[in-house]
Amino acid sequence: MDRIPILRMGNFLLVTIQVDLYDRLAQNLESDLVQMVSKTGARGVLIDISALSIVDSFMGRIIGNIGSVSKIMDAETVVVGMQPAVAITLIELGLELKGVHTALNVERGMQLLKEKILIEESEPDEE
Amino acid sequence: MYIVLNKDRMVIEKEQDVVPYRNRVKEFAVKIGMSLVNQTKLITAASELVRNMLKYANGGVTTIEVISKGRENGIRLIFEDKGPGIADIKLAMKDGFSTGKSLGLGLPGAKRLSSEFDIKSTVGKGTTVTLIKWKNG
Ligand SMILES: Nc1ncnc2c1ncn2[C@@H]1O[C@H](COP(=O)(O)OP(=O)(O)OP(=O)(O)O)[C@@H](O)[C@H]1O
Ligand SMILES: [Mg+2]
Repeated sequence: MDRIPILRMGNFLLVTIQVDLYDRLAQNLESDLVQMVSKTGARGVLIDISALSIVDSFMGRIIGNIGSVSKIMDAETVVVGMQPAVAITLIELGLELKGVHTALNVERGMQLLKEKILIEESEPDEE
Repeated sequence: MYIVLNKDRMVIEKEQDVVPYRNRVKEFAVKIGMSLVNQTKLITAASELVRNMLKYANGGVTTIEVISKGRENGIRLIFEDKGPGIADIKLAMKDGFSTGKSLGLGLPGAKRLSSEFDIKSTVGKGTTVTLIKWKNG
C-alpha cells in the first residue's frame, strides 16, 4: 500500500503532497499523521499542498480532521502553498479549513508554527 | 441552442476512477483554452458530483462534452446514476444538508462553481446532474 512520507524535523512533522491524492492515500495520511503526532509528541504539523491542483470537499475534510485531531493532541497544523486558483475555488465551494492555519510557503509556515508554540509556552497556565 | 463539438463517456464505479476522470475533464478544458481558475472550478465541481454518484448511487456514467453557443465555447458534464434518487431536491441543494454525515457542500458548491446547473431526480430511479462551465464564464 502506498504511503506519503512524513518527515520529522525537531518538534515538527512535515508532509509534502506531491500528486493529486487517491482517496485511500489521503485517508492513510490522516491516520499516519495522527499516529506520528501521538508517538513523537510533535508540536506542529506542516502540510505542503503546492502540488495539489484541486481540493474538493473530501480532501478539505481530511485536512480539517488532521487539524482538529492534532489540536486535541496539542499540536498546531499549518497548510502551506495553496495555489491561488485552488484558494479562489475553495471559497466559492464554501469550504472553510477549520482548525488549521495557512501560510504562503514552507518558510512562513515554519515561522508561524514556531511563534504559535512560543506563545503557548510563555503563557503561564500552571501554578 | 448548443452544438456539441466533441464528446466522451466514462463509467464511474470505484474510488480509483475519480482522479483519472478529473484528469480527463482537465484535458477537455485545456483543449478549449479555459483559464486556470475556471478549470479549477469546473474540476472541483466535477469531483463533488462523481463522489456523490459513488457514495449514494454506487457509481454511474459521466459524459464530457465540448459545446458551443454562438461565440462561446464551454464544457458540459452530465452525471447519470441509477441510485435511490433524491426525495427533496430543494433540501439537498441547501448548504450543510447531508444524509452522509458530511459537510453538505457538494451539490450547492458545485452549483456555485458552474455557469449553468441542473439536477433531476426520481426516487427509486436515479439522478441526473448537468452542468456547464463556459470558457469565459
Ligand atoms: N447522486 C445522488 N443520489 C442520491 N442522493 C444524492 C446524490 N447526490 C446527493 N445526494 C443527496 O444529497 C445530499 C447532499 O449532497 P451534497 O453533495 O451536497 O452533500 P454530501 O455529499 O452529503 O456532503 P459533501 O459533498 O460536503 O461531502 C446527500 O447527503 C445525499 O443525501
Ligand atoms: Mg457530496
